[in-house]
Amino acid sequence: MIPQEISDKLKNKFGDAILESKTDGVIDPFIKVAPGKIEEIALFLRDSEDTLFDSLMCLSGIDYTKGKLGVVYHLHSMKWNHKIVLKVDVSVEDPHCQSVQSVWKTANWHEREAYDLFGIIFDGHPDLRRILLPDDWEGHPLRKDYQVPEYYNGMKVPY
Amino acid sequence: MGLLDQKFENGNVIITSMDYLLNWARLSSIWGMQFGLACCAIEMMATGASHYDFDRFGTFFRGTPRQSDVMIVAGTVTLKMASRIKTLFDQMSEPRYVISMGSCSNCGGPYWEHGYHVLKGVDRVIPVDVYVPGCPPRPEALMEGLMKLQEKIRAESLAKKKSA
Repeated sequence: MIPQEISDKLKNKFGDAILESKTDGVIDPFIKVAPGKIEEIALFLRDSEDTLFDSLMCLSGIDYTKGKLGVVYHLHSMKWNHKIVLKVDVSVEDPHCQSVQSVWKTANWHEREAYDLFGIIFDGHPDLRRILLPDDWEGHPLRKDYQVPEYYNGMKVPY
Repeated sequence: MGLLDQKFENGNVIITSMDYLLNWARLSSIWGMQFGLACCAIEMMATGASHYDFDRFGTFFRGTPRQSDVMIVAGTVTLKMASRIKTLFDQMSEPRYVISMGSCSNCGGPYWEHGYHVLKGVDRVIPVDVYVPGCPPRPEALMEGLMKLQEKIRAESLAKKKSA
Protein backbone atom coordinates (compact mmCIF):
# COMPACT_ATOMS: atom_id res chain seq x y z
CA MET A 1 0.00 0.00 0.00
CA ILE A 2 1.31 3.46 -0.67
CA PRO A 3 1.49 5.91 2.27
CA GLN A 4 -1.54 7.87 1.10
CA GLU A 5 -3.69 4.76 1.25
CA ILE A 6 -2.41 3.90 4.72
CA SER A 7 -3.15 7.43 5.88
CA ASP A 8 -6.69 7.29 4.46
CA LYS A 9 -7.32 3.94 6.07
CA LEU A 10 -6.20 5.27 9.45
CA LYS A 11 -8.30 8.42 9.08
CA ASN A 12 -11.37 6.34 8.33
CA LYS A 13 -10.90 4.21 11.40
CA PHE A 14 -9.58 6.66 13.96
CA GLY A 15 -10.83 10.00 12.77
CA ASP A 16 -9.38 12.87 14.72
CA ALA A 17 -6.62 10.96 16.47
CA ILE A 18 -4.71 11.43 13.22
CA LEU A 19 -3.48 14.99 13.49
CA GLU A 20 -1.54 15.51 10.33
CA SER A 21 -0.22 13.49 7.46
CA LYS A 22 2.35 14.35 4.88
CA THR A 23 2.46 11.57 2.36
CA ASP A 24 3.79 13.29 -0.74
CA GLY A 25 7.39 14.12 -1.44
CA VAL A 26 10.41 11.96 -1.85
CA ILE A 27 11.65 11.76 1.74
CA ASP A 28 9.92 9.79 4.47
CA PRO A 29 6.17 10.34 4.38
CA PHE A 30 4.87 10.57 7.93
CA ILE A 31 1.59 10.47 9.82
CA LYS A 32 1.31 12.48 13.02
CA VAL A 33 -0.75 10.84 15.74
CA ALA A 34 -2.16 11.90 19.12
CA PRO A 35 -0.10 10.46 22.02
CA GLY A 36 -3.05 8.93 23.81
CA LYS A 37 -4.00 6.67 20.91
CA ILE A 38 -0.70 5.43 19.60
CA GLU A 39 -0.97 1.98 21.13
CA GLU A 40 -4.36 1.29 19.52
CA ILE A 41 -3.18 2.58 16.18
CA ALA A 42 -0.01 0.47 16.44
CA LEU A 43 -2.04 -2.65 17.17
CA PHE A 44 -4.33 -1.92 14.25
CA LEU A 45 -1.41 -1.39 11.89
CA ARG A 46 0.26 -4.59 13.02
CA ASP A 47 -2.75 -6.85 12.79
CA SER A 48 -4.75 -5.54 9.87
CA GLU A 49 -4.29 -7.74 6.84
CA ASP A 50 -3.36 -5.24 4.19
CA THR A 51 -0.87 -3.19 6.24
CA LEU A 52 0.69 -5.91 8.44
CA PHE A 53 3.47 -3.80 10.01
CA ASP A 54 5.08 -6.51 12.04
CA SER A 55 8.50 -4.93 12.44
CA LEU A 56 9.32 -1.74 14.31
CA MET A 57 12.57 -0.66 12.69
CA CYS A 58 13.35 2.18 15.05
CA LEU A 59 11.83 4.27 17.82
CA SER A 60 13.61 7.52 18.57
CA GLY A 61 13.07 10.62 20.65
CA ILE A 62 13.39 14.16 19.31
CA ASP A 63 13.74 17.56 20.94
CA TYR A 64 12.12 20.16 18.70
CA THR A 65 13.08 22.99 21.15
CA LYS A 66 10.52 25.57 22.31
CA GLY A 67 9.05 23.15 24.80
CA LYS A 68 8.20 20.31 22.45
CA LEU A 69 9.50 16.77 22.46
CA GLY A 70 8.55 14.03 20.08
CA VAL A 71 8.76 10.31 19.36
CA VAL A 72 9.22 8.88 15.88
CA TYR A 73 8.35 5.33 14.89
CA HIS A 74 9.66 3.74 11.72
CA LEU A 75 7.55 0.74 10.76
CA HIS A 76 8.17 -1.91 8.14
CA SER A 77 6.15 -4.80 6.86
CA MET A 78 7.93 -7.98 5.91
CA LYS A 79 5.10 -9.43 3.88
CA TRP A 80 4.19 -6.38 1.82
CA ASN A 81 7.60 -4.66 2.00
CA HIS A 82 6.30 -1.17 2.67
CA LYS A 83 7.32 1.40 5.26
CA ILE A 84 5.66 4.20 7.10
CA VAL A 85 6.70 6.74 9.70
CA LEU A 86 4.52 7.69 12.67
CA LYS A 87 5.20 10.79 14.74
CA VAL A 88 3.92 11.79 18.14
CA ASP A 89 4.35 15.21 19.77
CA VAL A 90 4.52 15.65 23.52
CA SER A 91 5.27 18.74 25.56
CA VAL A 92 8.09 19.18 28.04
CA GLU A 93 5.74 19.90 30.96
CA ASP A 94 3.77 16.68 30.46
CA PRO A 95 6.02 14.27 28.56
CA HIS A 96 3.74 11.23 28.61
CA CYS A 97 3.14 8.91 25.71
CA GLN A 98 1.65 5.45 25.48
CA SER A 99 4.06 2.57 25.27
CA VAL A 100 3.93 0.29 22.26
CA GLN A 101 5.90 -2.36 24.08
CA SER A 102 2.92 -4.71 24.05
CA VAL A 103 2.70 -4.48 20.26
CA TRP A 104 6.37 -4.83 19.30
CA LYS A 105 8.70 -6.20 21.96
CA THR A 106 11.70 -4.39 20.51
CA ALA A 107 10.17 -1.13 21.73
CA ASN A 108 11.08 -2.15 25.28
CA TRP A 109 14.70 -1.05 25.07
CA HIS A 110 14.08 1.72 22.53
CA GLU A 111 11.63 3.38 24.91
CA ARG A 112 14.05 3.01 27.78
CA GLU A 113 16.62 4.83 25.65
CA ALA A 114 14.15 7.62 24.79
CA TYR A 115 13.36 7.96 28.49
CA ASP A 116 17.02 7.98 29.46
CA LEU A 117 18.15 10.58 26.95
CA PHE A 118 15.03 12.79 26.56
CA GLY A 119 12.87 12.20 29.60
CA ILE A 120 9.79 11.02 27.69
CA ILE A 121 7.74 8.82 30.03
CA PHE A 122 5.98 5.87 28.43
CA ASP A 123 2.81 4.81 30.22
CA GLY A 124 2.35 1.08 30.40
CA HIS A 125 6.03 0.21 30.10
CA PRO A 126 6.86 -2.57 32.58
CA ASP A 127 10.41 -1.50 33.42
CA LEU A 128 11.09 2.13 32.59
CA ARG A 129 14.57 2.95 33.87
CA ARG A 130 17.81 4.29 32.52
CA ILE A 131 19.60 2.07 30.07
CA LEU A 132 22.73 3.87 28.86
CA LEU A 133 23.63 6.33 31.61
CA PRO A 134 24.30 5.37 35.23
CA ASP A 135 21.19 5.01 37.37
CA ASP A 136 21.94 8.01 39.55
CA TRP A 137 22.58 10.42 36.68
CA GLU A 138 20.66 13.68 36.82
CA GLY A 139 19.14 15.21 33.75
CA HIS A 140 18.40 14.07 30.24
CA PRO A 141 21.41 14.73 28.04
CA LEU A 142 20.04 14.90 24.52
CA ARG A 143 17.68 17.78 25.27
CA LYS A 144 18.87 20.96 23.66
CA ASP A 145 19.02 22.87 26.95
CA TYR A 146 21.16 20.32 28.78
CA GLN A 147 24.11 21.56 30.82
CA VAL A 148 27.04 19.21 31.34
CA PRO A 149 27.50 18.69 35.10
CA GLU A 150 30.75 19.77 36.74
CA TYR A 151 31.24 16.71 38.90
CA TYR A 152 29.75 13.26 38.97
CA ASN A 153 30.46 11.16 42.07
CA GLY A 154 33.69 13.02 42.71
CA MET A 155 35.00 12.77 39.15
CA LYS A 156 35.44 15.95 37.15
CA VAL A 157 33.40 15.72 33.96
CA PRO A 158 34.51 18.52 31.62
CA TYR A 159 37.96 18.50 30.07
CA MET B 1 71.73 -9.73 29.94
CA GLY B 2 72.17 -12.62 27.57
CA LEU B 3 70.93 -16.12 27.98
CA LEU B 4 71.39 -17.45 31.47
CA ASP B 5 72.75 -20.84 30.58
CA GLN B 6 75.65 -19.41 28.60
CA LYS B 7 76.83 -17.34 31.52
CA PHE B 8 78.10 -20.15 33.72
CA GLU B 9 81.17 -22.03 32.57
CA ASN B 10 81.85 -23.90 35.76
CA GLY B 11 79.44 -23.89 38.62
CA ASN B 12 76.00 -22.61 39.24
CA VAL B 13 76.80 -19.64 41.44
CA ILE B 14 75.69 -16.20 40.41
CA ILE B 15 76.36 -13.07 42.32
CA THR B 16 73.90 -10.30 41.80
CA SER B 17 71.88 -7.92 43.82
CA MET B 18 68.50 -8.99 45.14
CA ASP B 19 66.87 -6.02 43.44
CA TYR B 20 68.25 -6.99 40.07
CA LEU B 21 67.11 -10.58 40.39
CA LEU B 22 63.66 -9.74 41.65
CA ASN B 23 63.11 -7.06 39.06
CA TRP B 24 64.29 -9.33 36.27
CA ALA B 25 61.87 -12.00 37.42
CA ARG B 26 59.00 -9.54 37.65
CA LEU B 27 59.49 -7.84 34.32
CA SER B 28 59.91 -11.05 32.39
CA SER B 29 56.50 -12.33 33.39
CA ILE B 30 54.11 -9.43 33.62
CA TRP B 31 50.65 -10.95 33.74
CA GLY B 32 48.16 -8.55 32.37
CA MET B 33 44.52 -8.18 33.23
CA GLN B 34 42.54 -8.00 30.06
CA PHE B 35 40.46 -4.89 30.23
CA GLY B 36 39.40 -4.15 26.73
CA LEU B 37 36.58 -1.64 26.70
CA ALA B 38 36.24 -0.45 23.11
CA CYS B 39 38.13 -0.34 19.82
CA CYS B 40 41.56 -0.41 21.46
CA ALA B 41 40.63 -3.86 22.69
CA ILE B 42 40.74 -5.09 19.10
CA GLU B 43 44.30 -3.82 18.76
CA MET B 44 45.17 -5.41 22.09
CA MET B 45 43.80 -8.70 20.79
CA ALA B 46 45.84 -8.24 17.62
CA THR B 47 48.92 -7.71 19.75
CA GLY B 48 48.17 -10.88 21.61
CA ALA B 49 47.60 -12.88 18.46
CA SER B 50 50.25 -14.69 16.50
CA HIS B 51 51.58 -11.94 14.24
CA TYR B 52 52.66 -9.50 16.95
CA ASP B 53 52.90 -12.02 19.72
CA PHE B 54 52.50 -10.63 23.21
CA ASP B 55 53.25 -13.97 24.81
CA ARG B 56 56.92 -13.74 24.03
CA PHE B 57 57.19 -11.05 26.70
CA GLY B 58 55.97 -13.53 29.24
CA THR B 59 52.59 -11.82 29.28
CA PHE B 60 49.34 -13.58 29.08
CA PHE B 61 45.99 -12.19 29.91
CA ARG B 62 44.30 -13.12 33.15
CA GLY B 63 40.61 -12.68 33.64
CA THR B 64 40.80 -11.50 37.23
CA PRO B 65 42.59 -8.56 38.84
CA ARG B 66 43.64 -10.67 41.79
CA GLN B 67 46.17 -12.59 39.72
CA SER B 68 47.54 -9.84 37.51
CA ASP B 69 50.41 -7.40 37.66
CA VAL B 70 49.36 -4.85 35.10
CA MET B 71 45.97 -3.56 33.99
CA ILE B 72 45.94 -2.42 30.38
CA VAL B 73 43.02 0.00 30.13
CA ALA B 74 42.17 -0.17 26.46
CA GLY B 75 39.25 1.91 25.27
CA THR B 76 36.88 4.67 26.24
CA VAL B 77 36.26 4.97 29.95
CA THR B 78 32.71 6.15 30.64
CA LEU B 79 31.69 7.59 34.00
CA LYS B 80 29.52 4.54 34.57
CA MET B 81 32.56 2.29 34.16
CA ALA B 82 34.95 4.47 36.11
CA SER B 83 33.71 3.41 39.53
CA ARG B 84 34.09 -0.23 38.50
CA ILE B 85 37.63 0.43 37.29
CA LYS B 86 38.47 1.87 40.69
CA THR B 87 37.09 -1.25 42.37
CA LEU B 88 39.07 -3.55 40.09
CA PHE B 89 42.27 -1.56 40.57
CA ASP B 90 41.84 -1.80 44.33
CA GLN B 91 41.55 -5.55 44.00
CA MET B 92 44.94 -5.88 42.36
CA SER B 93 47.72 -6.70 44.78
CA GLU B 94 50.92 -4.69 44.84
CA PRO B 95 53.22 -4.25 43.00
CA ARG B 96 50.71 -3.24 40.38
CA TYR B 97 50.95 -1.09 37.28
CA VAL B 98 48.57 0.49 34.80
CA ILE B 99 49.12 1.00 31.10
CA SER B 100 46.69 3.44 29.57
CA MET B 101 46.24 2.47 25.94
CA GLY B 102 44.82 4.81 23.34
CA SER B 103 43.64 8.42 23.36
CA CYS B 104 40.38 7.77 25.13
CA SER B 105 41.94 6.48 28.30
CA ASN B 106 44.86 8.92 28.11
CA CYS B 107 42.84 12.11 27.91
CA GLY B 108 39.29 11.48 26.76
CA GLY B 109 40.25 11.11 23.12
CA PRO B 110 37.82 12.32 20.46
CA TYR B 111 35.16 12.79 23.15
CA TRP B 112 37.08 15.44 25.07
CA GLU B 113 34.91 18.34 23.97
CA HIS B 114 31.32 17.16 23.93
CA GLY B 115 31.39 13.85 25.73
CA TYR B 116 29.22 14.35 28.79
CA HIS B 117 29.45 10.68 29.70
CA VAL B 118 33.18 10.11 29.16
CA LEU B 119 35.85 10.31 31.83
CA LYS B 120 38.54 12.49 30.32
CA GLY B 121 41.47 10.24 31.00
CA VAL B 122 41.58 7.21 33.26
CA ASP B 123 44.23 8.94 35.37
CA ARG B 124 41.42 10.84 37.06
CA VAL B 125 40.55 7.70 39.00
CA ILE B 126 43.64 5.48 39.05
CA PRO B 127 47.38 6.22 38.89
CA VAL B 128 48.83 5.44 35.46
CA ASP B 129 52.41 4.33 34.80
CA VAL B 130 52.68 4.27 31.01
CA TYR B 131 50.62 6.15 28.44
CA VAL B 132 50.49 4.69 24.95
CA PRO B 133 49.25 7.27 22.46
CA GLY B 134 47.31 6.44 19.34
CA CYS B 135 43.78 5.97 18.16
CA PRO B 136 44.15 3.04 18.25
CA PRO B 137 47.84 2.51 18.87
CA ARG B 138 49.46 0.03 16.55
CA PRO B 139 50.46 -3.30 18.11
CA GLU B 140 54.08 -2.23 17.90
CA ALA B 141 53.23 0.85 19.94
CA LEU B 142 51.59 -1.25 22.65
CA MET B 143 54.62 -3.49 22.74
CA GLU B 144 56.84 -0.45 23.14
CA GLY B 145 54.59 0.65 25.97
CA LEU B 146 55.10 -2.70 27.66
CA MET B 147 58.84 -2.45 27.14
CA LYS B 148 58.85 0.99 28.75
CA LEU B 149 57.03 -0.52 31.70
CA GLN B 150 59.70 -3.21 31.85
CA GLU B 151 62.40 -0.54 32.00
CA LYS B 152 60.49 1.19 34.78
CA ILE B 153 60.32 -2.06 36.73
CA ARG B 154 64.02 -2.66 36.11
CA ALA B 155 64.81 0.63 37.79
CA GLU B 156 62.71 -0.08 40.87
CA SER B 157 63.94 -1.27 44.21
CA LEU B 158 61.82 -3.52 46.34
CA ALA B 159 64.45 -4.11 48.94
CA LYS B 160 64.53 -0.51 50.03
CA LYS B 161 61.42 0.78 51.77
CA LYS B 162 59.26 3.04 49.66
CA SER B 163 58.73 6.47 51.12
CA ALA B 164 55.12 6.94 52.12
